[in-house]
Amino acid sequence: MDVRQAVIWDSVLKERKESIITKGKQKNRLKCDTDSVAGCVSQRACVYCGARVVLNPVTDAIHLVHGPIGCASYTWDIRGSLSSGSELYRNSFSTDLQEQDVIFGGEKKLARAIDELVAQYPAKVVFVYATCIVGVIGDDLEAVCKAAAARHQIEVIPVQSSGFAGNKAAGYRAACDALLRLIQPTQTGISARANTINYLGDFNLAGEVWIIKNYLRQIGVEVNVAFTGDSHYEALKNATAASLNIIQCAGSMIYLAQRMKELYGIPYLNVSFLGLQDTAESLRKIASHFGDEEMQRRVEELVARETARVEPTLEWYRRRLQGKKAAIYVGGGFKAISLIKQFREIGIDVVMIGTQTGRKEEYEIIHELVDDGTVILDDANPSELEKFMVEKGAHLLVGGVKERPLAYKLGIAFIDHNHDRKHPLSGFVGAVNLAKEVYTTLCSPVWQYV
Amino acid sequence: MLDCTPKEIKERTGGVINPAKTCQPIGAMYAALGIHRCLPHSHGSQGCCSYHRMHLTRHFRDPIMASTSSFTEGASVFGGGANLKTAIKNVFAIYNPDIMAVHTTCLSETIGDDLPTIIRTAEIPEGKLVIHTNTPSYQGSHVTGFSNMTKSMVNYLSEATLESKKEQVNIIPGFVNPGDMREIKRIVNTMGIKFIMFPDTSGVVDSPMTGEYVMYPRGGTRLADLKDTGNSKVTIALGSYASADAAGQLERKCGVPAVILKTPIGIKATDQLLMALRSQFAVEIPYELEEERGQLVDIMTDTHFHFHGKKVAIFGDPDIVLAMTEFVLSLGMQPIHVLTGTPATGGAIGTMVGNFEVEVQELLQEAGITGKVKAGGDLFELHQWIKNEKVDLLIGNTYGKYIARAEDLPFVRMGFPILDRSIHSYLPVVGYKGAMRLLEMISNALLERADRDARDEDFELVM
Repeated sequence: MDVRQAVIWDSVLKERKESIITKGKQKNRLKCDTDSVAGCVSQRACVYCGARVVLNPVTDAIHLVHGPIGCASYTWDIRGSLSSGSELYRNSFSTDLQEQDVIFGGEKKLARAIDELVAQYPAKVVFVYATCIVGVIGDDLEAVCKAAAARHQIEVIPVQSSGFAGNKAAGYRAACDALLRLIQPTQTGISARANTINYLGDFNLAGEVWIIKNYLRQIGVEVNVAFTGDSHYEALKNATAASLNIIQCAGSMIYLAQRMKELYGIPYLNVSFLGLQDTAESLRKIASHFGDEEMQRRVEELVARETARVEPTLEWYRRRLQGKKAAIYVGGGFKAISLIKQFREIGIDVVMIGTQTGRKEEYEIIHELVDDGTVILDDANPSELEKFMVEKGAHLLVGGVKERPLAYKLGIAFIDHNHDRKHPLSGFVGAVNLAKEVYTTLCSPVWQYV
Repeated sequence: MLDCTPKEIKERTGGVINPAKTCQPIGAMYAALGIHRCLPHSHGSQGCCSYHRMHLTRHFRDPIMASTSSFTEGASVFGGGANLKTAIKNVFAIYNPDIMAVHTTCLSETIGDDLPTIIRTAEIPEGKLVIHTNTPSYQGSHVTGFSNMTKSMVNYLSEATLESKKEQVNIIPGFVNPGDMREIKRIVNTMGIKFIMFPDTSGVVDSPMTGEYVMYPRGGTRLADLKDTGNSKVTIALGSYASADAAGQLERKCGVPAVILKTPIGIKATDQLLMALRSQFAVEIPYELEEERGQLVDIMTDTHFHFHGKKVAIFGDPDIVLAMTEFVLSLGMQPIHVLTGTPATGGAIGTMVGNFEVEVQELLQEAGITGKVKAGGDLFELHQWIKNEKVDLLIGNTYGKYIARAEDLPFVRMGFPILDRSIHSYLPVVGYKGAMRLLEMISNALLERADRDARDEDFELVM
């Protein structure tokens, strides 16, 4: 860093200083869950983005974006959520609002869009996403959706996701509200089934839900429906039949779990299937919740078998990766927490860690877990990421789309733990995939030419 | 995935299914990256900026920097003036660009933020600049946004300071890749003509790997050069949709005459660029370029029998699609479906000059081909056209892959965005060299398909 940059750094806004701490050096609690500073190159997104990423994996729904074209374009089939059935969710539907719609209101066009799409595609549910402009021009989404639902005898659910009304986390909440409307049981009600769970906060990237479903089946637990990876209308309608909710991505789904507990008395457990340790502990937690000894025995059997299967491979990677340093910048807190442990399993130290939307409780756990000297930061911008990666001598960055080229430019290896992941990173097999991906990038000969 | 696309075409009035365009602000952001030491700024919600950066990052595979006003509920009720002022202060304090290029979003346009006034009353450090453009997402497309930001560069920066014009040309390259901009510059350089290209994203979004991260890489049009565009003898605008508006404005503001040409894709459009340069500057075409042209013609004759009579569907941005249509016609192919998502005109603010449907139809008529042509279309409709009349080849951006898969078509990726292949942004499709590359891509696509589909007895070594 040159002098000029150092001077700039000294003048970094006070507001940002409270969002960055170094373990062991400051007592201050990290400031998080706040709005970004205007003028920052934030890596964060908006309410609509949060709602869209949560709901988009509902495979057989029509996802209609009400607004000008951009919001639909940028979210067209980008999540890498896999489907075992319908591919409808991979299309991009937009009301493509034009100037006259903005002036005179977009309700009529929205109604026409719903009519045309329902005539075209065999869907039982339409999600209508509000974008920034809808909140401002005052379209009554609720009324348009209600009328369309009555016309077509299907469910048309508005998603209140105007971009400016909070951050991505507010979008998660808007999506959960939409899901709550969908799963509300009819008068006849649905009776809960034993040993049946909903799996919340897994979006089936690279088929991860399928891996976890398979583990659960082996211990005698049936997955009723996953929220929302590879989910579909019928399964979601039956969501209240579960006797337990397990939540992986708490950032996006804790609200849904809390509401389902209040409304339907379904208890919930936080889990994480990232890394050997957390995967094993999560399975144990589920078995102990059900208090079923046979199930607990099966968990131990599965953990022993799968660990034995992957351990030699992991050991091979561990020997090669031992002592390397990783920087982590991901969306939510649960992933950050698991990754710290998972990197330890392959001999890698975490020297910098941050999230876009981590919650206070999550940052406390992160603070507990990391070594002294590790930098923890919330809502970081690229310059901050650069500064601390270089300062801490990171060899590897874990992040999403926008972080990748930044790491590469610094000559730092990179893995995507976000929408662009190409291999499943969940469960025992995921631990091996992660190690392999880390090895592939860290030990590539291309870095010699930098 | 596209199983539900029916053959029967019905009129739709409720918006778009599978768009062939995106919104204005991303085009403005891309254009702004073409100014040296410029930080693009998105005046709207955080999501807009994040999406544009993500999309551009996926296409260019380089870091894309831009700041945002980070609108909250308060800003959208009371106006975003305070946010923008804070942002301007912070951007210069933290990121220290020489210039900040602000574009609006649908949100800030709808609540009616008055950007000139906000900027005028903002604290801007001495020697630093803030420019702006209006890019309402509910008009035009990303191409309109590119055009509007380029025009704003002229509005804010171009100055006619000399009595007589300099022997230099302004080149506005349009919404093309840095590889194309480099190739256009090489051609003009080879002709020995002094030029200013703006915007110029080469060296910004294709910057080399050095092991160091530089927020403002070496590329981009220098501010002094942008000022000097008002002193040039002529402006050559490549592409009527992306570039003509700025050139027209430069003519009005500084008296620099505008010459509007096609994006130089293919032999004819490249010839026209060279001819225009030659006639404006009374220079000879150097042998180096004549040789390239000769090589291109040689390749075209070597391979023409692969192309003749093949039916093609082309979609993408209007300037690119128009030039590409002309090029495939020159190969004897039949572009029977030609579509852009960009509307024919840009609306009240983005007054784009082009006339896509008429210009493409004229090319088809001249070649004696009947085809469907549409501006403001979507890929659902293009797919329906293809279902009704099959083609041998599809040319377009990444999103064409769904149609190519559904209809089992050979597919050549071209335009913006390309998210599933890399390197494309480094290599040109413009000029004679670019035409050679396109020929290779098209013939490879066709021949790979022939190999794949050949029965053993028809499988040939020499093709």
